[in-house]
Amino acid sequence: MDMFINFLVAAVLAGASLLYGTVGEIINQKSGHLNLGVEGMMAIGACAGFMAGYRFDSLVIAIIAAFLSGAAAALIYAVLTVTFMADQNVTGLTLTIFGCGLSNFIGEYNITRSETGNLKLPEHIMSQLRNIHIPVLSDIPVVGKLFFSYNIFIYLGAIIAIIVYIYLFKTKTGLNLRTIGENPAAADAVGIHVVRSKYINLLIGGGICGIGGAYCSMIVCGGVWMSDSVNGMGWISVALVIFAAWSPLKAIGGSLVFGAFSVLKYYMPKSVITLPNAFYDMLPFVITALILVITSVRKNKGRMQPASCGVNYFREER
Amino acid sequence: MAENSEIKSSDYAIECKEITKTFGTVVANDHVDLSVKYGEILALLGENGSGKTTLMNMLSGIYHPDSGSINVLGKHAVINSPADSIALGIGMIHQHFKLVEAFSALDNIIAGTPGKLKKRSALREDISAISEKLGLNVDLNKKIYNMSVSEKQTVEILKVLYRGAKILILDEPTAVLTPQETEKLFDMLRIMRSEGCAIIIITHKLNEVMAISDRVTILRKGQSVETVLTAETNEKKLTELMVGKPVSLSIERPEPIDPKPLLNVYHLSVDKPDGTVALEDVTFDIYSGEILGVAGVAGSGQKELCETIAGLNGIRSGAVLYNKENIIGKTAKEIIELGISMSFVPEDRLGMGLASSMGMTGNMMLKSYSKSKGPFIDKKPARELAERLIKELDIKTPSTEIPVRMLSGGNVQKVLLGREIESAPSLLITAYPVRGLDINSSYTIYGLLNEQKKKGVAVLFIGEDLDVLLELSDKIMVLCHGRVTGIVDAKTVTKEQLGLMMTGSTAEEVLGNG
Repeated sequence: MDMFINFLVAAVLAGASLLYGTVGEIINQKSGHLNLGVEGMMAIGACAGFMAGYRFDSLVIAIIAAFLSGAAAALIYAVLTVTFMADQNVTGLTLTIFGCGLSNFIGEYNITRSETGNLKLPEHIMSQLRNIHIPVLSDIPVVGKLFFSYNIFIYLGAIIAIIVYIYLFKTKTGLNLRTIGENPAAADAVGIHVVRSKYINLLIGGGICGIGGAYCSMIVCGGVWMSDSVNGMGWISVALVIFAAWSPLKAIGGSLVFGAFSVLKYYMPKSVITLPNAFYDMLPFVITALILVITSVRKNKGRMQPASCGVNYFREER
Repeated sequence: MAENSEIKSSDYAIECKEITKTFGTVVANDHVDLSVKYGEILALLGENGSGKTTLMNMLSGIYHPDSGSINVLGKHAVINSPADSIALGIGMIHQHFKLVEAFSALDNIIAGTPGKLKKRSALREDISAISEKLGLNVDLNKKIYNMSVSEKQTVEILKVLYRGAKILILDEPTAVLTPQETEKLFDMLRIMRSEGCAIIIITHKLNEVMAISDRVTILRKGQSVETVLTAETNEKKLTELMVGKPVSLSIERPEPIDPKPLLNVYHLSVDKPDGTVALEDVTFDIYSGEILGVAGVAGSGQKELCETIAGLNGIRSGAVLYNKENIIGKTAKEIIELGISMSFVPEDRLGMGLASSMGMTGNMMLKSYSKSKGPFIDKKPARELAERLIKELDIKTPSTEIPVRMLSGGNVQKVLLGREIESAPSLLITAYPVRGLDINSSYTIYGLLNEQKKKGVAVLFIGEDLDVLLELSDKIMVLCHGRVTGIVDAKTVTKEQLGLMMTGSTAEEVLGNG
C-alpha cells in the first residue's frame, strides 16, 4: 500500500511539467496555432527561471522570470506566424531548436564563470521549493500524503489548469478565442479582434510552458543546473493535448497518467515481472502513438482539433 | 413605389458614393454609387466578377475602399473593421457561411458580442423573441455540423439580427436553397422589410430580383450602370443592362440521336471516408446522345457519384456497367482509356482536375503523359493541343505557359472542359461546369455540351441552377441524401416539383399529386 501511494506521488511529480506544457499548448491551439515550439519555450523558461532564482534567491522572481521568458519565446513565434504568416510547423520546430540551444548555452556559459564549476540554487530558495507542510491537512494519513504534501509548483499547475478551463469554456473572451481557432473569418466577421487575441493568447500559453520549464530545471534536477533538463517533456505535451481532447481539466488526468508511465520502472515489483528499463522508457511514446491513431480513427466532431489550427489567417485573402 | 424617386438623402440607410477599390492592377469597383433606404429591399444584380461582393465587403468592413465615401443615415461613416460595421447596424450574411461547425447555434450567435456572458436561459429568451417575430424555428442547442444548409442560413440571419442589425446584406442567399426554402427566406425578408429593415440582396437570378426587390442596382465590370424600379422593368431589360448587350436566354435542346444505353448503374451504395452514407441504392441508366441532369441540394452525393464512376472511390455494394462491362475495381487510368471522362468543378473552382500553378501545356499533359515514349517528356503535342483549345474555345490567356490560376474563372473552366472533351470520350461527366461563370461563358459551355451530345456522347451533367437543368437536360435525376428520389422527363417537370423531390419526396408522390 505504501509502495502504491509512493508511486502515485511520484507520478504527480513526474507529470507536473507535462501539465504546464499541455495547458500552454491547449491555449495556443485554441487560438488556431499548432505550436511545435513547446519544448523550446519550456527550455527557455527552465533557463530563465533557474538563473533568476540563482541570482536573486527568490522563488517569486524565478517564476515570473520563467513566465515572461516563455512568453517572449512565444512572441517570436507569434510575430512570425501571425504577422508575417510564416509556416507554423517550421516556425515551431525552429523555436524548439533555438530555445534548447539558447538555454544550454547560457547554462554552460554561467558554469564556466562560476568558481565551483557548477551552479547550485542558494539555500533560501531551496527551502521555498521543498514540499509544503499544511497544518492538519498534511497530517491526515494517506490523504495528506496524496494531496497535501507537494511543492508549490504542483498546486500552481493545478490552479492554472482550472483557471484556463474556466477561461476557455465559461467566459465570453474564451468563446471568442475558440471561435478564432475554429474559424477566424467567422470571428472577424462578428468583430472579434483576431490578431490581438492571437497575440495575447499565444503569449499566455508560452508563459505557462515557461513555468513548466522552470519546474524541470529547479525541482526535477534538484537545484543543480543541468543541460537539457526539459528532456522531451515538451514533445509529449503536444501529444497530451490530443489525449486531453483540448480540455485543461482532462490535461490534469492525462499528465498524471503519463507521469505514472515515466516512473513505472521504479515501482514495478521485481518479484512480479522483470522487464528491461528500456521497455518502460519506451512506454509513454508508444502510448502517445496509440492515442494519435485512436483519436484519428474515432473522429468525434465535438472533440477534435480546432478546425483552423495550423492555418494562418489573412482577412483580404480571396 | 413612385415616392422612391424623390427622397432626401438622409432618408437613406446607406449611401455609397464613387466607391473605388482595386486589387493590384484589377479594378474591382470603379466609382460605384448605391443607396438603400429603410423598409426597402434593394437587389444588387451583376454577373460574377462584376464587383458585387467586393462592394458589400467594404460595407461590412472586410475591405477598405481606396476612394469614395459611405454615408450611413446621412452621416459620413468610416468602416475600418467588421466591428465598426456592426456598430453602425450593418449585418452581412456571407455566401460562404461564417459559422463554427463544432459549436452550437447559440454559441455561434453570441460569439463576439460585447458585454458579460449572460445566463444561457436569458440568452435563449432573447434569441427566441427575435426568431418568433420572423416565424423561425431553430434548435439553439443543435451543432452546426448537424444542420442543413437552410438551417445554417437561419443561424446566420439570427446572428446579425441579435447584434441589432437594421441593415441586412445577403450575398447570393438562394444559391444553395431549394425553391421552397427560397420562398421561405423571401417571406422572412418581407417581414423584416415591414419591420423597417433596409435589405440588400446580391444575386444574379433575374426571377428572384423580380419577386423580392423594390429597386435594382446593376453592376457591370465594376461600374454601377443603372438603378431602376423593379416595377418598371422586366427580366429582358435587366439582362441587357447586366450583360451590356441583348442576349437570348434560351438554351438549345437538340433531340437525342439514336439513344442506346451506355452506362448502367445498379443498386450502387457508397460510404464516405468517415463511415456515413454517401449514396444508397442508386440505380439509373445513361443513354448515348443524351444529357442526364442531376439535381440535388449540395452534398447529396453528387461528388461521390462522379468519383465512383471515374474510379476514384471504393463502393459498399452495387455495380456500374459500361457497355455491359463492370468497371468497379478498375483504376482511374483504365476507366479513362475506356472513354469515360470527368470534369468536376468544386466550390473553390481550382481544387480538382487542374494543377493551378502549371500552365495550360502542363495541364494538358496530366492526361497524356503516359502516352509519350521514353523517359523524357515530350511537350510538343500538349502545347499544340493547348494552342488549339485557345483558338477553338476562345480562351483568354497571354501564353500556354502562364499558370492557370492566373486566368479568370471562366477561362479556367474552359481549359478543364476543353481537355476532357479533347480526349473524345463516349461518356462525359461534368459537375458544376458553369459555377461562377458569366452568362456568355455559361452559354459557351452549354454549347460545348450540346455539341458533344450531337456526336453521340452521353453526358452526366451535375448542376446547381434548376432553370438551366430544366432547359438543357433530357432527363433529370434528383438526389436527396444519397438516394434517388426520382428520374423525370425534363420537358414536363416543374421547378417546384424538383424542389420537393430535392427535399425527399419521391417522384410518384410529387407527380401523382400534380
